[in-house]
Amino acid sequence: MNMKPWIAVVVAGIASTAAAQDQNSLTIEGEDMVTEAAAPAHMENLDTIYSGWRFRSGETQALETDDFDNPAFVFVDQGIDLFDKVDGTEGKACSSCHENVEDFAGLRTQLPRVQDGELVSMENLINDCRTERMGAEPWKWSKGNMTAMTALIGLQSRGMPMDVAIDGDAAPYWEKGKELYYTRVGQLDMSCSNCHEDNYGMMIRADHLSQGQINGFPTYRLKNAKLNSIHGRFKGCMKNIRATPFAEGGDEFKALELYLASRGQGLSVETPSVRN
Amino acid sequence: MKHALGGVFAALMAGTVAIAEDVKPTAVAFVDGTVEQSLTGQPGDAAEGRKVFANRKQGNCLACHMNADLAEESFHGEVGPPMDGVADRWTVAELRGIVTNSKMMFEGTIMPAFYVDAGYNRPLDDFAGQSILTAQQVEDVVAYLMTLKEQ
Repeated sequence: MNMKPWIAVVVAGIASTAAAQDQNSLTIEGEDMVTEAAAPAHMENLDTIYSGWRFRSGETQALETDDFDNPAFVFVDQGIDLFDKVDGTEGKACSSCHENVEDFAGLRTQLPRVQDGELVSMENLINDCRTERMGAEPWKWSKGNMTAMTALIGLQSRGMPMDVAIDGDAAPYWEKGKELYYTRVGQLDMSCSNCHEDNYGMMIRADHLSQGQINGFPTYRLKNAKLNSIHGRFKGCMKNIRATPFAEGGDEFKALELYLASRGQGLSVETPSVRN
Repeated sequence: MKHALGGVFAALMAGTVAIAEDVKPTAVAFVDGTVEQSLTGQPGDAAEGRKVFANRKQGNCLACHMNADLAEESFHGEVGPPMDGVADRWTVAELRGIVTNSKMMFEGTIMPAFYVDAGYNRPLDDFAGQSILTAQQVEDVVAYLMTLKEQ
């Protein structure tokens, strides 16, 4: 076999690394965010982790620096209204028990986590409150009322480092998530790692591949002008590679969410972030 | 006499069909990652291949490969090597093998196999049991790639 093509591949790889994440630093409302950190010890193939913010255009980046400019705050305001809205048979609102939403500071950094022997995401906690304490209908995983609420609650942790537990009870879920991350699926036969670990920083057609970090979710996407849940984004990725997505809120996506959260340990929560 | 001629004609048609029958995805013969024989038994159409290369619903090769010959198309990807001069670096059998199923040559590559229709994990129903490209489209892309010469 002629070896020249291999050399071409290697050279292209080196040339393109120059166009990887940018050097910009993120300050939101005067508070400095950590968008770059040493990779957590469990990550074997990367030395440094970067927030998806570092891969976006200057215009998109700017939208996240000021809450007045950040289009996600329309939905945060909806979340504030929902927080006080009585719903269900018990005549309660979120605020009936949780007097101050600011008390949720830190929660986003720890989710998903194992509770009563089950891995739970923020959406599960919200729906547990709705069905068990309020006597209300559960919200759909990625619908507007749910993402408004996860944005409002997640915002209380903005600037705090991601810090999920991956040992003890969480270990088997984390292992499952890791396995999913490296499993090829769909007609395009790709795993998460093929794009977001092996090729982050590269352009794939018009899109600049990031590391697929989830520290900014729910995220406002310019593409669909709404808040997007973590599981909704997983679903979109799977469809792009022509794979049948797992169910939102299902065991697979919760496990993947835990694993991805753990790949972002140390990055600041940016909820609600702005992406393209 | 008419019947006799009709019979001859039918035989000729049958012969043509037999020659033009595509090699099934599972029957492609690889030698060290290369595929010597045309999948359709015929040469491909380079002009069609150029369209397949750019079309997002077909090859979408531009998603990963820059290609100066398609300068009119915006957003060339950079995940894979550039295509400029690719015909100088590879033989037609090598290119056919790479487009058909690059994993036969490059173990662990991110590049999808464009002429494999089975063995996928959780394919979307709309694509289950199908290859990304048809045999004809693979041949057209290969014919197009063979026109990308720098020397």
